[in-house]
Amino acid sequence: MAYTEEELKKQLETKEYEYGFYTEIDSETFPVGLNEEVVKAISKKKNEPKWMTDWRLDAYSTWKSMAEPNWHNLKYAKPNFQDISYYSAPKKKPDLKSLDEVDPELLKTFDKLGISLDEQKKLSGVAMDVVVDSVSVATSFKDTLEQKGIIFCSISEAIQNHPELVRKYIGTVVPKKDNYYAALNSAVFSDGSFCYIPKGVKCPMELSTYFRINQAGTGQFERTLVIADKSSYVSYLEGCTAPSRDENQLHAAVVELIALDDAEIKYSTVQNWFPGDKKGKGGVYNFVTKRGVCHERSKISWTQVETGSAVTWKYPSCILKGNHSIGEFYSIAVTNNFQQADTGTKMIHIGKNTKSTIISKGISAGKSQNSYRGLVQISPLAKNARNFSQCDSLLMGNECGAHTFPYIEVQNKTAQIEHEATTSKIGEDQIFYCNQRGIDTEKAIALIVNGFSKEVLNKLPMEFAVEAQKLLEISLEGSVG
Amino acid sequence: MRSHNMNFQEKLLDSFIAFEQDIDLLNPIHKYRKDALKRFEDLGFPSKKDESWKYTSLKPLVQKDYNLYPKSNIHIELKDVKKYFLNDIDSFKIVFIDGVYSPFLSKTTHDGVDICVLSAALSKDKYKKRIKKYFNKVVPSSESLASLNTSYTKEGAYVYIPESISPEDPVQIMHFSTGNQNSIWLQPRNLIIADKGSKVEIIERHQSLKDHSVVTNSLTEIYAEKNAFIDYYKIQNDLNTSCLIDNTFISQERDSNVSVHTFSFGGKLTRNNLNFYHKGENINSTLKGITILEENQHVDHNTLVYHAQPNCESHQDYKGIFSDRSVGVFNGKIIVDKIAQKTNAFQQNNNILIDNKSKVNTKPQLEIFADDVKCSHGCTVGQLNKEALFYLKTRGIPEKEAKALLTYAFANNVLESVKIPNLKKRINSLIAKKLGVNLGFDL
Repeated sequence: MAYTEEELKKQLETKEYEYGFYTEIDSETFPVGLNEEVVKAISKKKNEPKWMTDWRLDAYSTWKSMAEPNWHNLKYAKPNFQDISYYSAPKKKPDLKSLDEVDPELLKTFDKLGISLDEQKKLSGVAMDVVVDSVSVATSFKDTLEQKGIIFCSISEAIQNHPELVRKYIGTVVPKKDNYYAALNSAVFSDGSFCYIPKGVKCPMELSTYFRINQAGTGQFERTLVIADKSSYVSYLEGCTAPSRDENQLHAAVVELIALDDAEIKYSTVQNWFPGDKKGKGGVYNFVTKRGVCHERSKISWTQVETGSAVTWKYPSCILKGNHSIGEFYSIAVTNNFQQADTGTKMIHIGKNTKSTIISKGISAGKSQNSYRGLVQISPLAKNARNFSQCDSLLMGNECGAHTFPYIEVQNKTAQIEHEATTSKIGEDQIFYCNQRGIDTEKAIALIVNGFSKEVLNKLPMEFAVEAQKLLEISLEGSVG
Repeated sequence: MRSHNMNFQEKLLDSFIAFEQDIDLLNPIHKYRKDALKRFEDLGFPSKKDESWKYTSLKPLVQKDYNLYPKSNIHIELKDVKKYFLNDIDSFKIVFIDGVYSPFLSKTTHDGVDICVLSAALSKDKYKKRIKKYFNKVVPSSESLASLNTSYTKEGAYVYIPESISPEDPVQIMHFSTGNQNSIWLQPRNLIIADKGSKVEIIERHQSLKDHSVVTNSLTEIYAEKNAFIDYYKIQNDLNTSCLIDNTFISQERDSNVSVHTFSFGGKLTRNNLNFYHKGENINSTLKGITILEENQHVDHNTLVYHAQPNCESHQDYKGIFSDRSVGVFNGKIIVDKIAQKTNAFQQNNNILIDNKSKVNTKPQLEIFADDVKCSHGCTVGQLNKEALFYLKTRGIPEKEAKALLTYAFANNVLESVKIPNLKKRINSLIAKKLGVNLGFDL
């Protein structure tokens, strides 16, 4: 007898977080708490120039005067910011020439993830800038990239080696004062990735960073800055898993993308941090500010698969500043058990003839709450702006919730805006149809969920699609083939 | 330093003592007034920081000072206001002039149905039971403007349709403001009850007769008992000096069917808070509206359909056409409760911007807690189809008329469900007037 939906649901609820392991690496961790001294210490630790230290301190003083936002459709215990250690780094930074020199424990971690560095390097041609607890410890394919003039390194290295680029662009898309978590990140960011694609260069491979929160009780404050110079192209991948820990861990990242004239940036994320156990205990708080700015004729495309985290608060946005620029947002958000997600996008149309597409798929199961919150804004000068938004929600079980909050603000008559949203469950007749064709209920649900999210999965680069499938499996095991 | 805003708010609070001189303090509903005043004192006027008031500011409104007690006994001739009534229908009317009931212009009844004023219903013993059962039962305490209205409850329309009765003609509720005094603040309170299996059609209109500043904070409670059928039409075509805050709360019992049509063609600022609450299964709710604005006008449709019971349906369809610095806001919310399985909720909002100075802010919201539901919303902002316009022009129809035709067609979905032929005609001519064309035929 095939699985019924009830049984499947039970299976989903009892499903443990597979990647919940904890790697023992010697780490140097700051004592908990946040004050001006800690900010200075982080800056000193990283041997940063004075302008960077001042920038951090300015952000810190702004942050102190700000209040935590509470407009979102989320319920969680507010993190105590004095209870977090703001810096944690592996003690020795190994000088890596080959994989043999990598800490074997670390290699095991990647083995457990099923994507060893080795395999990545050889098979998929993905250059990895591996971030374990905030400091990058391994980089690969650097030479290939260097030949093209592409800079792909950790942001702390970039601050040392390319201060002019960092200084010019950091905080231009997400200002220090943008929001509470962005200000916090600006003050205490420990590391992150920096990427610069020179004029006219098409990056020959997918750039990828693996984020991993490793040390218990350390918040991770990543800062990513991607600059695509005129007529360049880059596809950037970001993926995350975290060990199973009981206390809530805070993650407040900032990602800034800058697409100069005629450039294209494709930014893909797979997020699978610890979502908490089936009773809703533990899990990562994911408060991320992601934003890109498009200059003339450029394009930014965000693709995200969100399956993890106890609480997700994330709105990858595009500022379509240049004429003829294009913004895209493709998202699958899966919530299970007690997970909560408030995610979506903002498309700010400023230039003429700008286009944006939003495809958002939400799948809620268990007792989870899944919200789409998006803004489409057409400014008075944005002639012939075009937007298409589609937000579909799939509900599994009657204890979860799906919510849609689309904001549409139009100030130009030539704009053409379409928004549509639907909420439904997997239809009994759909399953019945599959059943009578000899497809059992489990496979039928898998088929339907797959079809439901296909539009977004298709947008992921090949290398990532496999990973995304895997992560979907963990969240909705039994329903995704 | 105190702001003006505080001053008017304080005036409202302080004036309550004077208001109490004028009413029966022993009436059981007085408790509601006092409680509501306290809540208004706590909540104050909503500001743009409140999510549901994000796109509409009351600040310029409440910074001014208003007269709360307009002079009574102002007489207006029927011939002056006849045009505002639906022609050819000698139906029941409840007419208020500057918030005061005008027996001269009204036609009320207690024969079979009760169509009268709320003050009468509140004062007479025979209505006590009903007032106790219904008054203020569907108004949530969290709404500050509704609380403000409740605290000053005195006058308004009272309609009670007994079991299985369906009056032939629609009931007209008219509010005129004469402008004999400038700056007045009116707070009518209406109570509409349709008992089991009854049917009623109601038309409500607020109209200023002179261009003076008037703010109306109106509240209407509507109760549809089992299998009742209510059709409610709101015509908002006021002068550019008047503002209307319309709070409507509808409670529906099993198998009932309530539809509200809102036609917003005028007024400086109009805010419609339209709320449906479902109390039984198999309920049908319809919310439709046409908004055609110009000249700095601002209309905010804020709707809520609370699906609390299984097997219910709701349909929303709002069309907006905006030009010349006008602002349209649509904030629709559908909540589907955990137990409201098999809900079918549909929401649509289409807008056309005629020029670049006008604005549309729309936010169709879904909050769904049940899994076996069909909920969808659609929302568009765009222009008239250029090909269609070209086609009409090739057939010799001038541009202006062609545009009007297409606009008609755009709004026609909403007009189709207007069941009173005379009203449909009236609205058609209002639209034609708004678009500045005479097509010579009715669509």
